[in-house]
Amino acid sequence: MSILVIAEHDNAELKPATLNTVTAAAQIGGDVHLLVAGHNCAAVAEAAAKVAGVAKVLHADAPALEHGVAENLAPVVARLAADYGHVLAPATTFGKNFMPRVAVALDVAQISEISAVESADTFIRPIYAGNALATVQSKDAIKVITVRGTTFEPAAAEGGSAAVETVDAGSEANDKVTFAGLEESSNERPELTTARIIISGGRGMQSGDNFAMLEEIADKLNAAVGASRAAVDAGYVPNDYQVGQTGKIVAPDLYIAVGISGAIQHLAGMKDSKVIACINKDEEAPIFQVADFGLVADLFQALPELSKELDKGA
Amino acid sequence: MKILVPVKRVVDYNVKIRVKADGTGVETQNVKMSMNPFDEIAVEQAIRLKEAGLAEEIIAVSLGVTQSQETIRTALAMGADRGILVETDEALEPLGVAKCLQKIAEKEGPGLILMGKQAIDDDANQTPQMLSALLGWAQATYVSKLEIADGKAKVKREIDGGLENLEIALPAVLSVDLRLNEPRYASLPNIMKAKKKPIDTMSPADLGVDVSPRLVTLKVTEPPKRAGGVKVESVAELVDKLRNEAKVI
Repeated sequence: MSILVIAEHDNAELKPATLNTVTAAAQIGGDVHLLVAGHNCAAVAEAAAKVAGVAKVLHADAPALEHGVAENLAPVVARLAADYGHVLAPATTFGKNFMPRVAVALDVAQISEISAVESADTFIRPIYAGNALATVQSKDAIKVITVRGTTFEPAAAEGGSAAVETVDAGSEANDKVTFAGLEESSNERPELTTARIIISGGRGMQSGDNFAMLEEIADKLNAAVGASRAAVDAGYVPNDYQVGQTGKIVAPDLYIAVGISGAIQHLAGMKDSKVIACINKDEEAPIFQVADFGLVADLFQALPELSKELDKGA
Repeated sequence: MKILVPVKRVVDYNVKIRVKADGTGVETQNVKMSMNPFDEIAVEQAIRLKEAGLAEEIIAVSLGVTQSQETIRTALAMGADRGILVETDEALEPLGVAKCLQKIAEKEGPGLILMGKQAIDDDANQTPQMLSALLGWAQATYVSKLEIADGKAKVKREIDGGLENLEIALPAVLSVDLRLNEPRYASLPNIMKAKKKPIDTMSPADLGVDVSPRLVTLKVTEPPKRAGGVKVESVAELVDKLRNEAKVI
């Protein structure tokens, strides 16, 4: 049977997590169809048609679908789902928000945030902040699944030539929820979930102002800036910086943890990084147990040095 | 307005969990259990709404084994008024939990359901959305700011790229995120008082809900361990390693 993947996009561009989800779908096996549901999003549908491995693009266009409001999007997905064996979406705040409603509409369980595909009905998903891996089998006729992007390589954004088919966008503009604007983070740096390098600060940074030291280094490395939950709780930075069990799950080529002790819930969000470096003045900090390269140092001395050192060889 | 707050008993946040040797799950015997931290934030928010005169009664609901009563008592000690325990030994999944909560909400008629965005044991992040869909009520997940006026809620939601503002009609189901508030500790007098607050006990069958699992957990394993690396002596050595050995910068 075919597999329906729900594309994440902003009506202008396809979000990268979609590509990882397409890969997970391909591993399940079967034709992969990509649903682009939005408003005035024909450009996204065209981009979706070029994704390698996509057999067909379904384009649903309606004003009610502009902002991905769960109450409006879920019925469109649920109606289409009847023809599929699997429905997949990225395990981002977009996918997590509406997919459980699709599961309810189909009266099936949802399998959240899979990290591997064992077979068409068996999947591995992290539980307890990734401190255990559960292998779960679904007996439901339609499997509703969200996909952890970091554990699947992205499908190639170019190379495919799928047909684009217009589908019923429904008329379910609900009257209970009104979208009242987006406050996008004014962040000129790469996004955390797609950055090749991330430098994150923890409670050891001592203030939000001190994050400027990380930003300076991030700009030299074209890196994203992240934070531990402790730094978010302390009010140093907004929540969308947060890496961890309850924040973003990342797996960059290089993760630099600065003034982060390495609590279980933070490690859950970054331990799949290819290389981990850390700077912490407490040599007993658990972060050293996962770091490939650890420096025991006062970050307020080490960061300016690091900034200078990067200038040297660049 | 009544506020319903579902609370889950989970392995305490600070416990390093152990996978059972036979691969059937995670060890929960003789392990400290506590209220799911996100649910504490939901309880706190309900109490603040009551203190602000926007709610009259707070009902804490839990589903699970007999000991889930303790989790309800924690909510009562914080300031909830009464509890409901849906008692079962079944391994509960979000869909079954949401169906039980639906029945309770239909009976109690709350104006608001506040719940944690996810439980830190199964990390499913499903129950609030499912409950909202079952009830046909508005949903707002990952709420970090909440204002209630004129039968409506204005919320800010934490999403990947920033914050989303929604205006939603009540009744509604809200799932709460970290920055909404800092939960209070229960005082000793309040802990004593909570012992006298009523808890109703019922079973999923009493609610007419079949909670048998839809998923089969074939095994639970430990993730591959990440080998620790080396300590470097200086920033210069760190940069050298990253540049020339790991080749990541």
